[in-house]
Amino acid sequence: MAHSYTPGLTVTERTTVRRRRILPLPGTVLVKVGDAVHADTAVARAELPGKVVPLNLANQLGIAPDEINDYLIKKENDAVQKDDVLAENKPFIKWFKTEIRSPITGKVESVSTITGQILLREPPRILELRGYIDGSIVDVHPEQGVTVETSCSLVQGIFGIGGETSGELVMGVTAPDHPLMPEQLTPAMKGKIVIGGAFLSAATMTRAKELGVIGLVVGGIHDKDLRALLGYDLGVAITGTEQVGFTLILTEGFGTIPMAPKTFALLSAQAGHKASVSGATQIRAGVIRPEIIIPQTSHTAARPDRVEREGIQLGDPVRIIRDPLFGKIGAVSGLPSELRAIPTESEVRVLEVRFPDGTTTVVPRANIEVIEGA
Amino acid sequence: MTEQPPSPAASAVTHPLNVIVATDCGSTTTKAILIEKVGEEYRQTYRGEAPTTVEAPFEDVTRGVLNAIAEIEELSGRTILDGDRIITPNHAAQGDPKRGVDIYVSTSSAGGGLQMMVTGVVQNMTGESAQRAALGAGAIVIDVLASNDGRLPYEKIERIRTMRPDMILMSGGTDGGAVTHVVEMAEYIAAADPRPRFGSTYRLPLVYAGNTDARPQIKTILGEKTALDFADNIRPVLERENLAPARNKIHDLFLEHVMQQAPGYKKLIEMAGAPIMPTPAAVGVIMETIAKREGINLIGVDIGGATTDVFSVFNGLFNRTVSANLGMSYSISNVLAEAGLDNIMRWVPFTIDEQTLRNRIKNKMVRPTTIPQSLDELQIEHAIAREALRLALIHHKSLATGLKGIQQERTISDVFEQRTSGKTLIDLLKLDLIVGSGGILSHAPRRIQSMLMMVDAYEPLGVTTLSVDSIFMMPHLGVLSTVNEQAATDVFVRDCMVYLGTCIAPIGQGKDGERCADYEIALPDGRIEKGQLAFGDLKLFALTREQQATVTMQPAKQIDLGNGPGQSFTKTVTGGVVGLMLDGRGRPLQLPGEQAARVAMLTRWYQAVGLYPAGS
Repeated sequence: MAHSYTPGLTVTERTTVRRRRILPLPGTVLVKVGDAVHADTAVARAELPGKVVPLNLANQLGIAPDEINDYLIKKENDAVQKDDVLAENKPFIKWFKTEIRSPITGKVESVSTITGQILLREPPRILELRGYIDGSIVDVHPEQGVTVETSCSLVQGIFGIGGETSGELVMGVTAPDHPLMPEQLTPAMKGKIVIGGAFLSAATMTRAKELGVIGLVVGGIHDKDLRALLGYDLGVAITGTEQVGFTLILTEGFGTIPMAPKTFALLSAQAGHKASVSGATQIRAGVIRPEIIIPQTSHTAARPDRVEREGIQLGDPVRIIRDPLFGKIGAVSGLPSELRAIPTESEVRVLEVRFPDGTTTVVPRANIEVIEGA
Repeated sequence: MTEQPPSPAASAVTHPLNVIVATDCGSTTTKAILIEKVGEEYRQTYRGEAPTTVEAPFEDVTRGVLNAIAEIEELSGRTILDGDRIITPNHAAQGDPKRGVDIYVSTSSAGGGLQMMVTGVVQNMTGESAQRAALGAGAIVIDVLASNDGRLPYEKIERIRTMRPDMILMSGGTDGGAVTHVVEMAEYIAAADPRPRFGSTYRLPLVYAGNTDARPQIKTILGEKTALDFADNIRPVLERENLAPARNKIHDLFLEHVMQQAPGYKKLIEMAGAPIMPTPAAVGVIMETIAKREGINLIGVDIGGATTDVFSVFNGLFNRTVSANLGMSYSISNVLAEAGLDNIMRWVPFTIDEQTLRNRIKNKMVRPTTIPQSLDELQIEHAIAREALRLALIHHKSLATGLKGIQQERTISDVFEQRTSGKTLIDLLKLDLIVGSGGILSHAPRRIQSMLMMVDAYEPLGVTTLSVDSIFMMPHLGVLSTVNEQAATDVFVRDCMVYLGTCIAPIGQGKDGERCADYEIALPDGRIEKGQLAFGDLKLFALTREQQATVTMQPAKQIDLGNGPGQSFTKTVTGGVVGLMLDGRGRPLQLPGEQAARVAMLTRWYQAVGLYPAGS
């Protein structure tokens, strides 16, 4: 049987992760290899070019584009203050004088004698790139950024919204199948990452925002609550820049779905520790899944971040990811090689899953997800 | 307006091509097929598939390719791989014909395909021409900027800055005309300094295909900031489009620059015996070939995981559009967002609460490789597919138009006719053939399901033949046709194209059960089927592709079958694996608004044609 790759999500107590921290454009790296960094340490800095404001001087002065150099007061690369005169005409009668003033403070970037316009650019904005995780610098990419490494516990979610943040993990529920209710959130959870169970309602999200909770990790939510939170219907799963007040990570999917016991147990065991979370999800052109990284201070041997698996094996822990058994977790108990007809009449490759209660079911191989890092 | 993609370096292959392996790296799945010469003709013999691996953790498209080929190895008993290498040529000459293949070719839309931004001067003239050129080259157009697009200059610059296209196509101005506006757009691009999507260290490819007089200025402004290349003006004069040179240039730059940046493509390019072609470009080649060979008007559709590509050839004019976020896996949720829940639900023959349905669709979005396991899940996916197909055709109609902004010559007889320029070329009454491709159509458990999905979405008028790509191999054959025309044609005719049948749909509406038309069908075995087609009826008659039947219909007085309202109609038609379908549901198709009535109506239609297993 071919070792076809089956997508999976990693949930592991101990691993080593490396995260590339790369500026969107060339800049300055502020740290060196071997430096210890925290999640909020600035590791690189770049100047984002300021906004460009075009002005068509030729039109405003009523001259031909190739004449504008004769009327310019400020030349290319000159600094300008808001309301500085950029260009003016010199009429016989002073009253008819026209002055073109700068609408911004910045500099003259270019002057065009073809279109008669000048482009003004606002001062650059400083962008500081943070370390994101507590760890050490293992690689410096000159002018681009760094790679940070840490020994940690790692939980990959299936979907998230919101950017990177870090804070202490706290438990909001006592069991993976409990929903996280508004009253379970307390003022003491401000600035923390709260772990829920099977479900999170819109009311809980509103309360989390009011209290200043920075992260929520939960099994599932309803699509309608996501729509209400975002204010629009998400069409494609490309997220990470939303500003909704917190970072939200779903470990299982949409609906009320208990968090996988292994995930819940791992997060429970790490309550009180600092974690870095990112809701960024991109399920296209390079998969990015949301993640919870909990750096470990003890230096026991860590497994590498990723091991290339040799296809699915008997005994692998799996999650069923399609109705009618969506969210159920079991272990692979059979890998028949022949195609089987399923209720849709399609003939597909299947596998057999045994659930903790001893019952088994047959599902298409495409409809399971390996819980990696076991 | 049409052209073949640049001919690959197939001439470099000197040995005979008797065993061919081809892959298509889709956004979700990598499909591989084996083609072997059996006697004097080529046949598709085995197929395999595996998840596409352009993404993490592998970030190497060749892993998925090797996995898909490994499936073929298993099924065929042929050794194709030696570790990570494809064994070429075949070892038949050494007495071991089951070892190796003669050539490996591939298409790809993995990694989001080719994403382009195009610019023009006048939005519905050069802007649209540029859009057509990019779409025809297999690109997804992520924005069209034009001098008159209503955005303020700083908004244009901001837009260019925030987008990360793979390539930019600039057009604008007729040759010898004014240069100002096109230079202005170049200045905005230079100020924005756009970054490519992949790779921060290479310069963004930019094709300038506008007024040739502006080339020196364009070079001064953008020569340093981009990987600038020139192509002939796509609108040299107002009345003519010249899209081929720009399309060819886009294709070259895609291979030279963009693909090199995508994970694993360098290796894939080295593995392949011919240039990797963007999937939509390859499917376009096939669609054009069919239309030319048969001398017909056609609409082709490839409904994928991320996009739905629509192709049309009307009166010899080829057009292609891509609806970037209308697909059945990654962008399935966007179909819901664009079509609205009611439009999707109108095709579902049972009741389901909105929350459950929305959650299911979102779950497919975040786990796009899953397949429907239960019948209700299949029916929901088929409902969504109908809407994706419908929306993509609307999009296509808006771009497959005549040239806009042209003074039309009018005679005295035209005086009272308000003809406008830029009218859509898509005339469903003159449509001969609909060709469907893509997972949901090619892999539908029953062929009638593919046929009805397309009929419901496109609402063909009069007489229209429908066909489907048997197992989704049109992209493979598109690229193969540039290497070995005979192999591509043989496989296409024998194994790929499955004729579903012919749909006859009267135009007009009436009350459910009212007379729509009387029909008489002279079947090939001499039998005559006579009857009345009532509004709301869907009738299916067995008729194979090899058989012909003569259909005579007398429509009710307000109903048109192409000869005018109430005019009788006789035509000889062929069938297919589904047969001959008389569609009396009226055009435009209308479904009851009330839920129970709609479910009853759908159930009646679906049962009439045996759409799903009995009892469902």
